[in-house]
Amino acid sequence: MRFGVVRFPGSCDEVDALLAARLVGEAEILWHGDTDLKGVDAVIVPGGFSYGDYLRVGAIARFAPVMGEVERFARHGGLVLGICNGFQVLCEAGLLPGALLPNTSLRFVCRQVDLEVVNADIPWTRACSAGERLSIPAKHTTGRYYAPDPVLDEMEANDQVVLRYAPGSSFNGSARDIAGVCNAAGNVLGLMPHPEHAVDVLTGSVDGLKLIGAAA
Amino acid sequence: MRARVLIRPKAGILDPQGQAVERALPALGFGGVSHVHVGRLVELDVEDPARLPEMCERLLANPLIEDYEILSGEVSAR
Repeated sequence: MRFGVVRFPGSCDEVDALLAARLVGEAEILWHGDTDLKGVDAVIVPGGFSYGDYLRVGAIARFAPVMGEVERFARHGGLVLGICNGFQVLCEAGLLPGALLPNTSLRFVCRQVDLEVVNADIPWTRACSAGERLSIPAKHTTGRYYAPDPVLDEMEANDQVVLRYAPGSSFNGSARDIAGVCNAAGNVLGLMPHPEHAVDVLTGSVDGLKLIGAAA
Repeated sequence: MRARVLIRPKAGILDPQGQAVERALPALGFGGVSHVHVGRLVELDVEDPARLPEMCERLLANPLIEDYEILSGEVSAR
């Protein structure tokens, strides 16, 4: 299994994502200005502040040359994981439903959260069981998941709500405590918390490997 | 042509930035203020204003969470 981790100007978690992926497979960096996915089997769009997020989170990165190839890859069933800023980029690109708004507190929050696995049947969650709790850190200012209610109803009916903040862990005002969603086909997952930061007992949890490793 | 695009959070979506401003004003003695919302203003010179709606839909605004209003032809360049 070979992972490709996208690097935009302003990415900051791509090295952690690369190291996490290398615990379960091979991995290499994909430069934002390239249009070659180097034949990887899965793409991780990492956290950070792509292109400075100057206009709106993820809005400019979605037009990066590499993203055209990522979109094509995703629409042909390729496995794509968007983490934090990567989740925002995938929403802006229309690969995932919804958008991420500023936390209701307007504050940057960094904390370990418990996530509940709602859908354990997609490639990224198949190592989990439904209802299982994962302990994974979250760190963001713009993580309030939003979609109109009819869209949320449809997503829930289609099992596209993959991860929720467990009771007591929700902190950003996300609609229906949503922490992670997938596309209708289930090959694209986006989440605000950072599985790539939960891969070593030294930092308190290895639950992130359950998500990243499931694809391998 | 000089144009302005006003971008606002969509009605009904929680706007914590507007709320924070609304709370701050009375603290400075400005009472009687309500329904405060904070958005963005984009000013631009554009050769073909007919393309502004597409620019708004694709980049300047996210139509899922924001409304935009194009003001053109009445703004002079600075």
